[in-house]
Amino acid sequence: MTGFDPGAAAAEATAAILRDTLHGTERGVVVDSPPGAGKSTLVVRAARELAAAGRRLMVVAQTNAQVDDLVLRLADKDPELKVGRLHSSDGDAYDPALRELPSVTLSAKPGDLAELPVTISTAAKWAYVKDAEPWEHAIVDEAYQMRSDALLAVAGLFDRALFVGDPGQLDPFSVVGAEQWAGLSYDPSASAVSTLLAHNPQLPQHRLPVSWRLPATAAPLVSRAFYPYSQFRSGTGPGERRLSYGVAGDGSGPDRVLDEAAASGWGLLELPARHTPRTDPEAVGAVALVVRRALDRGAVTADEQSPRPSPLTAARIAVGTAHRDQAAAVRTALASLGVTGVTVDTANRLQGREYDLTVVLHPLSGRPDATAFHLETGRLCVLASRHRHACVVVARAGIAALLDEHPSTEPVQLGVTVKFPDGWEANHSVLAHLAEHRVAWRP
Amino acid sequence: MPLLNTLARLEAVRAGRARPLATVRHRHLSERPLVLVPLTTAGEAGAPLGAMLGTDPDDPLVLVVPQPRDRTLRWTFLAGLAECVMPYVDGYADVVEPAERTETDPETGRKTKVEAELCVDAPQIIVPSRAGVEYVRLLGRSMRFRRTAEEDPENPYPAPARVPLLGRWFTHLAERSRVPGSSMLLSATELLGRHWATGQSNLEDQHLGSLLGWLAPPEGMSGAEWALHVELGRDGHGRLLFPPAGPATDPAFDNGLLAPAISRFDAARAAAAADGPGAEERVREAELAVRELVTSQMAHTWRQTWEAIALLRALPPGERTTDRWTRDRWSFTGHRDRVRAGEPPQPRRDDAVTAAQKLATRETEQVRLDAQEALDDPLVMAGRRLAGEAFAGEVTEVVMEWTEGKRPRPRPLVTVATEDRPQLADEGGGKVFRSLDGRQQAFAFVRHEEDGQLVLRVLDKMGAGREPVAGSVPEKGDRVCWTLFEHDARGGPKLPDPEHTPWTHGGPPAHLSAPTPPDSVTDEDLL
Repeated sequence: MTGFDPGAAAAEATAAILRDTLHGTERGVVVDSPPGAGKSTLVVRAARELAAAGRRLMVVAQTNAQVDDLVLRLADKDPELKVGRLHSSDGDAYDPALRELPSVTLSAKPGDLAELPVTISTAAKWAYVKDAEPWEHAIVDEAYQMRSDALLAVAGLFDRALFVGDPGQLDPFSVVGAEQWAGLSYDPSASAVSTLLAHNPQLPQHRLPVSWRLPATAAPLVSRAFYPYSQFRSGTGPGERRLSYGVAGDGSGPDRVLDEAAASGWGLLELPARHTPRTDPEAVGAVALVVRRALDRGAVTADEQSPRPSPLTAARIAVGTAHRDQAAAVRTALASLGVTGVTVDTANRLQGREYDLTVVLHPLSGRPDATAFHLETGRLCVLASRHRHACVVVARAGIAALLDEHPSTEPVQLGVTVKFPDGWEANHSVLAHLAEHRVAWRP
Repeated sequence: MPLLNTLARLEAVRAGRARPLATVRHRHLSERPLVLVPLTTAGEAGAPLGAMLGTDPDDPLVLVVPQPRDRTLRWTFLAGLAECVMPYVDGYADVVEPAERTETDPETGRKTKVEAELCVDAPQIIVPSRAGVEYVRLLGRSMRFRRTAEEDPENPYPAPARVPLLGRWFTHLAERSRVPGSSMLLSATELLGRHWATGQSNLEDQHLGSLLGWLAPPEGMSGAEWALHVELGRDGHGRLLFPPAGPATDPAFDNGLLAPAISRFDAARAAAAADGPGAEERVREAELAVRELVTSQMAHTWRQTWEAIALLRALPPGERTTDRWTRDRWSFTGHRDRVRAGEPPQPRRDDAVTAAQKLATRETEQVRLDAQEALDDPLVMAGRRLAGEAFAGEVTEVVMEWTEGKRPRPRPLVTVATEDRPQLADEGGGKVFRSLDGRQQAFAFVRHEEDGQLVLRVLDKMGAGREPVAGSVPEKGDRVCWTLFEHDARGGPKLPDPEHTPWTHGGPPAHLSAPTPPDSVTDEDLL
């Protein structure tokens, strides 16, 4: 471990990416970024440098929230840079805070923004832009979450592009069957990057080597379980991030698991084995109680940015679930404990977000079977990589046995790159690690 | 599976009878569907064994291939199939009505209405099971690239007339059947499974006989017992009492009866080739024997498929099935036009743009189908309400409010008491919709009252004036059902033309720039 300077490694990677983007000969550059590796920072930096080089730039993100976030970051870094925010004509299409920014032009018509050096919008909105003068360069953000058909709709708008994304997160999906195209290089339901690389295998591919978000306790596990071929490290060393409580634990399960999480970065609160409905009342209650106790006990965090302890507020805590009804049940349970301001959402919606403490209801908890949905690698990866300090997983006992009873049985399609590790393997390695931080509890 | 469907299955187990999942029929049923029961040969991909088909339950056409591995006989069979199916399909092609279609003007890029013709009805083929749909696709694939003597006089093995055409139609029907809610090619098991829940698994529901067993078990037997008997009952020779719905056949039947009969046919033909005395007669007898055997395997399924149709006909059609059938008619008309314009058969694989377009259409249709089924059927809506995606309640108060500005518009507030638990965001702001004379009216969710009532604001469909049009705002005491989902689906953006496929997707497909090189390994690459 000695001799590894995270800052220098990251700077070197960024410099290589910018060199290929600005001066390379290929039409595209692909950047793989593990969770919290400074992807947004890279996008902002690349956007500024491309604009500075006089290249007319379009930025494609996947959701309105991501677009607004990028606009705010750009305006913050460079208040002089003229940025266009192309939005849909619906009333509440963008963050009202953008109206306050003098350098940002808002419009639903691409014609109004054509002259600006940088224009940002969602892939869905870009797809409706027709007959425009092609942009010299594009940055496609969250490219692994973009579907191939969405890229098809916008790729005619730009000459060259920088594709940035996290390959370990949830793959895009379709609500209807798309098996008939499985194995085709341009399978419309596959990710934009897989289509791009299938047709342009010579494109330079980079990766960001340092996760600034994940603490030293989490990066090795997440890297090993989800990114076995492109290992990354944490930007902070052991002990640089600290979580502690003002009040000692009362010996209950939630308190013990919080103590374990503070000490080791991980905690598994294991309830007795049982088959339950999706909204398992005991597990949901346990999740809510863990959150409540973390707030009650006056948790404080200290990190490399602010060595002095600062209180852990509800806004810095997130609860992650697999299903929306589970999220709704947790919200209700939190409300009944008088907790407000905590983010509760599904893995799909937590993608790209960051918190200090996360409490996760394990996707396989209480289930009688392990379906492809619950085994999906990306789902577990998102849930296990949102935190800066610690992650507490709440689960029924018996998941390891459940996994062993349900090996992956998805049919193998010719021509489809097998994703490795598969969800089964990733689930097992995370579970093996969590077992070392297990607190058994009967509510 | 929605919770309500799980409940229906549990109730079916307890009652020993199937339980309804719908109060109306959610698929269009033609006045005159064509039922097709195909059988295939075990161990040989795309070698049909026989088929029973027709529009009259009492008068099916029976086609049997006495030696399925003989390609000449196979093509005779397919010619017979085309002879029967093509007149049925063509029968719908020329009865048209004027209609309007939206087209994008290539010069201005604007969308304009153009006059077009639309077939007033379309063919509908019903097969026994989902495997039958796949078999129709396979047959279509094996036929559509063949050339007739007329098209290719040099070809030493020309396909019989109309066979390639049938291949194109089968391919079209099979592709269309992948569009959610379409009704041009349906399977009896999926139709029944959509409308009734049995006490067995979805996989077991693929067996038409046992599915029907749950719907109408004989006197004194439970659905479960009868379904098991239908599925597994065997006679003294180990052959199934009720032949499977196919296209696969019962292996015991294949080994015990079919294989010897086919061998006898082969022997008779060999003898005829050697010009033995009375050989012709023996070939005919042997052929008849195979024919009787294969017919015996299809006749039962044939009756069951019509039974299934009769059960479905007893349900009143859902209001919006007509709307979806109109889309099927457009699809039929469109393919008719492509065939008439002399376009080549559907390519072996979709190009990038076509694949993306098909996926987009299917996703749109899935959203539309989900919404329309719920709006047509209170039982389906109940499932959505239970899932928090809709709510019904009584209007307890209406307060008139207006927008600010020079021309104030009505924006009344409606308070609703409901026992449902819709998944609305606590802070308000989401939209909900109700059906107002079949049109969608939007409301904004404003807030939860302290007593749990919901406050909504009417947003549209109130006319242009200051006062809302009569009947456009719910009144106190009205019982209304709102949905969190929209009632119709919007199509996606226009994709580039295939000849403008971008570099990220490999550029324009080869067949648009250069002719496809023939397969160098096999001279007959049909499957």
